[in-house]
Amino acid sequence: MFPASFAYVAARSVEEALELMVKHGEEGKLLAGGHSLIPAMKLRLQSPRTLIDLGTVPGLRGVRVDGDHLVIGALTVHTDVASSELVRKHLLGLADATSVIGDIQVRNRGTIGGSVAHADPAADLPVILTALNASFTVQSLSGSRSIAVDDFFTDFFTTAMNSDEILTEIHVPIPATGTGSAYAKLPHPASGYVVVSAGALIARQASGSCTAARVAIGGLGTGPLRAVATELELQGKPLTPQIIAAAAAKAAEETEPVEDSYAGVEYKCHVATVYARKAIEAAVERVKS
Amino acid sequence: MTAEAEYAAVPINVAVNGINYDAVVEPRTLLVYFLREQLNLTGTHVGCDTSQCGACTVHLNGRAVKSCTVLAVQADGAEVKTVEGLADGDNFHPVQEGFREKHGLQCGYCTPGMIMTAVHLLETNPNPSDDEIKHALEGNLCRCTGYVNIVESIKWAAEKMRKG
Ligand SMILES: Cc1cc2nc3c(=O)[nH]c(=O)nc-3n(C[C@H](O)[C@H](O)[C@H](O)COP(=O)(O)OP(=O)(O)OC[C@H]3O[C@@H](n4cnc5c(N)ncnc54)[C@H](O)[C@@H]3O)c2cc1C
Ligand code: FES
Ligand code: FES
Repeated sequence: MFPASFAYVAARSVEEALELMVKHGEEGKLLAGGHSLIPAMKLRLQSPRTLIDLGTVPGLRGVRVDGDHLVIGALTVHTDVASSELVRKHLLGLADATSVIGDIQVRNRGTIGGSVAHADPAADLPVILTALNASFTVQSLSGSRSIAVDDFFTDFFTTAMNSDEILTEIHVPIPATGTGSAYAKLPHPASGYVVVSAGALIARQASGSCTAARVAIGGLGTGPLRAVATELELQGKPLTPQIIAAAAAKAAEETEPVEDSYAGVEYKCHVATVYARKAIEAAVERVKS
Repeated sequence: MTAEAEYAAVPINVAVNGINYDAVVEPRTLLVYFLREQLNLTGTHVGCDTSQCGACTVHLNGRAVKSCTVLAVQADGAEVKTVEGLADGDNFHPVQEGFREKHGLQCGYCTPGMIMTAVHLLETNPNPSDDEIKHALEGNLCRCTGYVNIVESIKWAAEKMRKG
């Protein structure tokens, strides 16, 4: 299988890529790791006339600390996010999620920015980045802006980015001491993508009660969903197994998942409560250690 | 603009198994077809052609990747290693030896990809557990062996490599 013919330009800077996007408009497409785009082009689901390669732009890779945030370059591949010392120190939930994407070969090519921009409803990173309250720096020729994760994933494969914008950085707040994060996933047995998954960020006081919780669920909607009822249920309560289970039982409330060939609605909602519990328990476990 | 000019071929420079190649490729050329058809390195196989099976696994700048899902132009300036580049003269790489010793193949179709993934694993983790080996092979499918002997082969190679 081959993609339809296209022209290829190796961008040397974000500015050059932005200019090329304006020049080619609808017929141009950004290329990052290519692990969503190239398969789609081989199947002729997408046939852009020009590919603008971001892989050749220097400065878009790596993880660094900026004040109270970790900043991850959009072109950082999954393997490097998962093995980053900074990520493993501060954001174990993100390390969990990046290490269960596809397989080694996929993680060696696919990028965090590509996954976020692609906004596949069965992807892992949108879910954990929602729990971690990330924000996204996007750049256009007229400047850059930051988009909060809760405003970012607007629909199936659709984000709040405009077509003339490039995602350059993912910012994730470094959780305060006494906070833990985790990600739990039920993968589809054939594709490995998310059937249902959950990410949790839990802050726990020395007394044992929950001071803050963000819980996100994947697989129940057009993108990641905040499990608001679960979060409220945890707030201010002691983080006992009973309270966690009662809160997790609300993880699928007010969602409208659609049935697919692998899983029905009832099953997905039930599994969401199980995986929400697993993610919360694991996050709480990490506060202790 | 003619179609030819619009989709102009692109010059690339790639080091494959230590040999430097200057080549000109159509942008849509996938790395695996560049290796097989332009360089005649047919050790790298095409199985599924849909990023699932790992038969096409090669190393790109030292990392295992599925070459059916990489454009040749993305390898410009990079180092590629294929199964042909593993042996040192007449001496097989320990992972190649392991597959022979432990009967890690039947039809052999998946083998080059399995070996390239295994070499990548052992370069990053010289003493993997059975579970770590199985996890590392998630992206490589074998329709013949049932995987047991593949895991044994990699363990054999790991031990040999640790002993040096
Ligand atoms: C076999 C296989 C299994 C997989 N399994 C999983 C899985 O289990 N879980 C999971 O989450 N994902 C999975 N993936 C997807 C993988 O994580 C992709 O790498 C990722 O979704 C896209 O990243 P990319 O860098 O490859 O982007 P590309 O494919 O290069 O780009 C994807 C889209 O995003 C746009 N884009 C890319 N970068 C930017 C940017 N910086 N700014 C603006 N737009 C941009 C592109 O134009 C394109 O439309 C799998 C992929 C494969 C091939
Ligand atoms: S041929 Fe590349 S993964 Fe199957
Ligand atoms: S030995 Fe035949 S596919 Fe693996």
